[in-house]
Amino acid sequence: MAKTTMIKAITQALDQEIKRDDKVLVFGEDVGRNGGVFRATDGLQDANGKDRVFDTPLAESGIGGLATGLALQGFRPVPEIQFFGFVFEVMDEIAGQISRIGHRMGGTRKMPITIRAPFGGGVHTPELHSDSLEGLMAQTPGLKVVVPSGPYDAKGLLLSAIRSDDPVVFLEHMKLYRSVKEEVPDEEYTIPLDKAAVKREGKDVSIITYGYMVQESLKAAADLAKEGIEAEVLDLRTISPLDEEAILATVKKTGRAVIVQEAQRQAGVAAQVASVIAEKGILSLEAPIGRVSAPDTPYPFSEAESIWLPNKSDIIAKVKETVNF
Amino acid sequence: MTKGIDLKDYFATPETKTVKVLDGSGQVVNEDFFPDLSDDQLVELFKQMVWSRILNERSTKLNRQGRLGFFAPTAGEEASQIGSNFAMEKEDFLLPAYRDVPQLVQHGLPLYKAFLWSRGHVEGNEYPADLQALPPQIIIGAQYVQAAGVALGLQKKGSKNVAYTYTGDGGTSQGDFYEGINFAGAFKSPAIFIVQNNGYAISVPRATQTAAPTLSQKAVAAGIPGVQVDGMDALAVYAVTKAAREWAAAGNGPVLIETLTYRFGPHTLSGDDPKRYRTSEEESEWQEKDPLIRMRTFLDKKGLWSQEQEEAWTKEVNEQIDEAMAKTEAAPVQKVSDFLKNTFVETPAVIQEQIDVYAAKEGK
Repeated sequence: MAKTTMIKAITQALDQEIKRDDKVLVFGEDVGRNGGVFRATDGLQDANGKDRVFDTPLAESGIGGLATGLALQGFRPVPEIQFFGFVFEVMDEIAGQISRIGHRMGGTRKMPITIRAPFGGGVHTPELHSDSLEGLMAQTPGLKVVVPSGPYDAKGLLLSAIRSDDPVVFLEHMKLYRSVKEEVPDEEYTIPLDKAAVKREGKDVSIITYGYMVQESLKAAADLAKEGIEAEVLDLRTISPLDEEAILATVKKTGRAVIVQEAQRQAGVAAQVASVIAEKGILSLEAPIGRVSAPDTPYPFSEAESIWLPNKSDIIAKVKETVNF
Repeated sequence: MTKGIDLKDYFATPETKTVKVLDGSGQVVNEDFFPDLSDDQLVELFKQMVWSRILNERSTKLNRQGRLGFFAPTAGEEASQIGSNFAMEKEDFLLPAYRDVPQLVQHGLPLYKAFLWSRGHVEGNEYPADLQALPPQIIIGAQYVQAAGVALGLQKKGSKNVAYTYTGDGGTSQGDFYEGINFAGAFKSPAIFIVQNNGYAISVPRATQTAAPTLSQKAVAAGIPGVQVDGMDALAVYAVTKAAREWAAAGNGPVLIETLTYRFGPHTLSGDDPKRYRTSEEESEWQEKDPLIRMRTFLDKKGLWSQEQEEAWTKEVNEQIDEAMAKTEAAPVQKVSDFLKNTFVETPAVIQEQIDVYAAKEGK
């Protein structure tokens, strides 16, 4: 066991699943010979053959249709959308088709599909590469939406996603691909798709977050501790459906909640988390629920990321506001 | 002074030979394309066409009585729908559009389930494990990209079966139409793409969809064969589809088929009035091309079909429809708790909470 990056953990998870289950197919734009634009599928075609890991024409909707059709033939497709900003091209296949099959056919057919896609800011991408569009997916009944915050979770959650008989949208934050290293066991292990995780224990305030913002929240919590504020950091991991039990447990423990997301205020899942707390945990609250999110504009021009994206300072400020209410 | 580039030289219009077997009077005009069908099979093909016409008439009435819901009329398209479906095998995978219910039933969907689908009842879409089909697709074009996926799946499994799917003339303008045929072409997978060109997409005439003189030539953009066929001629449609099926099953890749047809009725029974966009002259012109008249005359001349047979068959079909309707109307009331259970295979806690709430309400 060695410290490794999230991208390597993902590649290993894919390789292990392809070898474990001969129904698993990995495909998308440049995932084959090239090994993916981020090297997430590096070496997988050589190791497992073109029959299992293959390139497609450049058309996201076609890729979605391919996944649907292959699932109907008993395969376990793991398609990739090169950047999640391109999801609009395949919105019908994901939200209009794949997510609905179980309901639509009265449970007589299933869609064991895992759609992988990078997203997330802080790496100066061109337009529509970094947008946080997970809220669109989270509002779609029938989908599970997973956003890992680091290498260890990424591997265990991806193994669970691929093995799940439900369709899963698996979103990989680009800034997390190589910036965080963690101990990741070589052997297979799974993390349940319906459980959030406490990443830092604390008694004064709950920071509820996901994706790259978990890392920013942990940094904020370390700084806050120096000022005597002990923040608990809850990583949602699966953002839809939510682990309401874990959300309510941490709020009950601390009496204060700050929800942190990279997405715009009107997007993401922070509003849903806040409403769960308001509906079921309001009597635990000693202060209004705080929210940290991006401004309600389209994703910024790359040079403006640093003034637009939420960061550690925004989290610290909001936590203090909540604690001092 | 050079001549310069004249773009008129750059129209890429392949030569189109509309495949025909029978003419309007039921005469065989092309012996070379006459399909290899026994007398019994010819009769069976016609019986299915008559069945479809009766089903259309009865469904229209049942809809008017409020006993059926959504219904897209099929009269006029029997040669196109039944003729193509007749060339397929039970293990082939059908991806129908919303007008393609007759093929679905002939492919194995019990009629009462087709009626339940029309009414909006989940049991209509609960398919037996061995039924190789999806329910009728409402999103125009989605069935095309999905067909490419099913066909790739069949290819990967080493199956000798094919995927087949339908759309209309308007549907050829969708991105998914092009992506579907192009993906199947790139993977050389066994898919049959059928375009039923009935001249109109609701009120919009075929010429408004595209400047392309034929829809079959859209196959050129995917690098696959495209065939235009007289869609009022069941034997021609059968012959073309059969050839396409054999081509695809042999590993040569997909085929696009355009059937030239007409719907005698409105787009759907949800308020469309064809008088707003079609002339009665045009309608009667196509009525003369009725695929049933043509096929009936052909069989009559061969001594394979009679008035008595048609009457007996009509009676039998009407009885089948009555039985199916009785079964439809006996279906249990749907339950929200069942919908919740079917939304996921592994039910999350938040869904379970809702199941409990609805199950308690339903138990009262």
